[in-house]
Amino acid sequence: MAQTTVAALESQDHHAHPAHLQHHFVSSEQQFDAAKMGMWLFLITEILLFSGMFVAYTVYRVWHPEVFELSAELLDWKLGGLNTLVLLLSSFTVAYGINRIQHNDRKGLIINLVITLLCAATFMVVKYFEYTGKFAVGIFPGGGFAPTGVYHGHELSHFDVPYASQFFSIYYVMTGIHGVHVLVGMGIFVWLLVKAIRGRFSSEYYTPVELSGLYWHLVDIIWIFLFPLLYLI
Amino acid sequence: MSGTTLAHSAHQPEVNYLNHTKTLKSWLFTLDHKRIGLMYLGAVALAFLAGGILALLVRIELLAPGQTIMGPDAYNQSFTLHAVLMIFAFIIPAVPAVMGNFVLPIQLGAKDVAFPRLNLASFYIYLLGGVIVLSALFVGRIDGGWTFYAPYSERVGDSILFVTLGVFVMGFSSILTGLNFIVTVHKMRAPGLTWTRLPLFVWSIYSTSIVQVLATPVIGITMVLLFLERALKIGIFDPALGGDPVLFQHFFWFYSHPAVYIMILPAFGIVSDLMGTFSRHQVSGYKFVALSSVAIAFLGFMVWGHHMFVSGQSATSSIVFSLITYLIGIPTGVKVLNWVTTMYRGSIWLQTPMLYALAFLFTFSIGGFTGIMLGVLAIDVHLHDTYFVVAHFHYVMMGGNVIAALGGLHYWWPKMTGRMFNETAGRVAAALVFIGFNLTFFPQFIMGSQGMPRRYYDYLPEFQGMHQLSTYGSWVLAAGLFLILGYLLWSLVKGERATANPWGALTLEWTHASSPPDMHNFHDTPVVTRGPYDYHLAPELFVTSPGGDGAAEQVHPTETKA
Repeated sequence: MAQTTVAALESQDHHAHPAHLQHHFVSSEQQFDAAKMGMWLFLITEILLFSGMFVAYTVYRVWHPEVFELSAELLDWKLGGLNTLVLLLSSFTVAYGINRIQHNDRKGLIINLVITLLCAATFMVVKYFEYTGKFAVGIFPGGGFAPTGVYHGHELSHFDVPYASQFFSIYYVMTGIHGVHVLVGMGIFVWLLVKAIRGRFSSEYYTPVELSGLYWHLVDIIWIFLFPLLYLI
Repeated sequence: MSGTTLAHSAHQPEVNYLNHTKTLKSWLFTLDHKRIGLMYLGAVALAFLAGGILALLVRIELLAPGQTIMGPDAYNQSFTLHAVLMIFAFIIPAVPAVMGNFVLPIQLGAKDVAFPRLNLASFYIYLLGGVIVLSALFVGRIDGGWTFYAPYSERVGDSILFVTLGVFVMGFSSILTGLNFIVTVHKMRAPGLTWTRLPLFVWSIYSTSIVQVLATPVIGITMVLLFLERALKIGIFDPALGGDPVLFQHFFWFYSHPAVYIMILPAFGIVSDLMGTFSRHQVSGYKFVALSSVAIAFLGFMVWGHHMFVSGQSATSSIVFSLITYLIGIPTGVKVLNWVTTMYRGSIWLQTPMLYALAFLFTFSIGGFTGIMLGVLAIDVHLHDTYFVVAHFHYVMMGGNVIAALGGLHYWWPKMTGRMFNETAGRVAAALVFIGFNLTFFPQFIMGSQGMPRRYYDYLPEFQGMHQLSTYGSWVLAAGLFLILGYLLWSLVKGERATANPWGALTLEWTHASSPPDMHNFHDTPVVTRGPYDYHLAPELFVTSPGGDGAAEQVHPTETKA
């Protein structure tokens, strides 16, 4: 009896465990918990990365509130609002996709991943039109800031005031780095989709789906702070 | 912990983590935390050598007023590159990435860290960052010090872009290592290894990892903003563009002050382990020593403003930052007093690692106390940007971190390599390092208090005596360090083979793993039934003492408590 236990322990390295279980973990549960905790820690570092930019935003807003209120008029709250809705929908579909694979519904996961990807793509397309529309009238970040002409009914010469360039620098840096995160998220979803189609996920093993979902919710939450701070107030 | 396990691993195994595969590829693509730790050791030692040679050159230049061996421009570049290499490429990864990687999983009774692939990735990210920093040398001059203060950092040559990018990249390596260790400590502990049975080295690496994860992203975004400011003139930091240079200092020190604790907390951990092992006694106030690391990690986030007393921050902020700075003295004092008590109650065995622990107590205490002096508002105004500050942080970083790291390196060397170093040479080198270090940096306290400004190329003749002492000291220090390099390399070839537990320590890497360890660390997952320094609960250590370099005579069975 004792000998068979020892033999079983010794062979543990090579046999009798699921394919996704790495050798240094005792159980799938331990592996899943470790991965999830690692992801949460990574999300904390993301929040701190953005916190630097939120501090810069706060400092300059406190120093020049009138410039920030004026400059925010040039941001289209309807496009920003559309992007907010799109991201909220995608957060829902990611969460629902995780729910589906927990019930071993591969097809449900694939459908939800596709919708999420489409939402993320919509977000980037809207962002592209927002950026290019502003570049066309000279609203560039920092040193290139030279607004001329009329933009959506606003006479731009009124907006060329000191520290307006700071507002747009912060706008481009924050939304730009957020946009990079959306692109990275799209890459991850394509990878998940390929794995899902190949049947790598099941109710037994769906760690990458869960972790990507966490990441995507963070990207969503950061936008939920960016939208009112930049577009609305 | 049974005596049989110990007896079993007392013999050196034929196959171990060093020789089970031999190709270069098996090293470069290894996922084994022990091999990754050794690769870090090589890289970090090279960075220390390069930074050290630059320091020696700087000291030789300062041997006499005026030009000695290099012009002012070469001097500025030398001290800048010395600092960048020593801080970002050497001291931040030194203990966590080398000894943390090698020892932490074994002390936890785990086969590996939680994310081995991430661990290897962080090593290559570190190398990439180092290469980017060094490529700056081919682009142009790097000067202005390691702090990259705006607006100067935005006016100098483009080489600074490479340095900041390199620092940004190395930051990711640091974050990933910290993240990996936090998860490993939470999720990979062996059965019976409760939080209060963790070795104090684990507690300190855990606290360090918290700081790495929470602080490093802020230097990352600061470097990105500095980069964008040069590229796009976004006007956040440069006053000429409407930015605020003090904001840069806030961002920079929000990382770089906690980074000081990334450097010193692992040293505390090593010293705690050394104190327990070489005093043959439980580390007194175990819980206080463990939690004071966590307390220092958190307080460390609230004191960054003490670098900016003369930068134009408000008087109220300065007073608050000064007060919180004093508070850090409390958990630090808790540690120092408990180490002293441990030795008082224990039976001290003066081997080379313990000599470093004793040297640490002396030099770190000087570094710590002068830190509190510099936290005093009025005194700081007088001493700001003088050699007093230079001496203070070298007493903390070199006298604290490096001396403790040397102690740790000697302590774990038999485990890493399976070889003993020459004990006599070790003692001589420890004495040289201690004397050389104090001779180099103590005169700097004196000339700093007399008004010698830091970073200056030239100085008034009355400072020459102190500068000469300091330079001679740097030669003694260098002699000690090269002696260490020599006998450690020698030990790889000719060193006596180490037993599993030559120091008679009680943590898992000594009691349950061979020297050098098996590729999976343990034959069977250990079950932990006692604390890391519970000598009174470890009779097998005294019965089947593995001997080796005097261990058997030094440890008397009478020392065990009933």
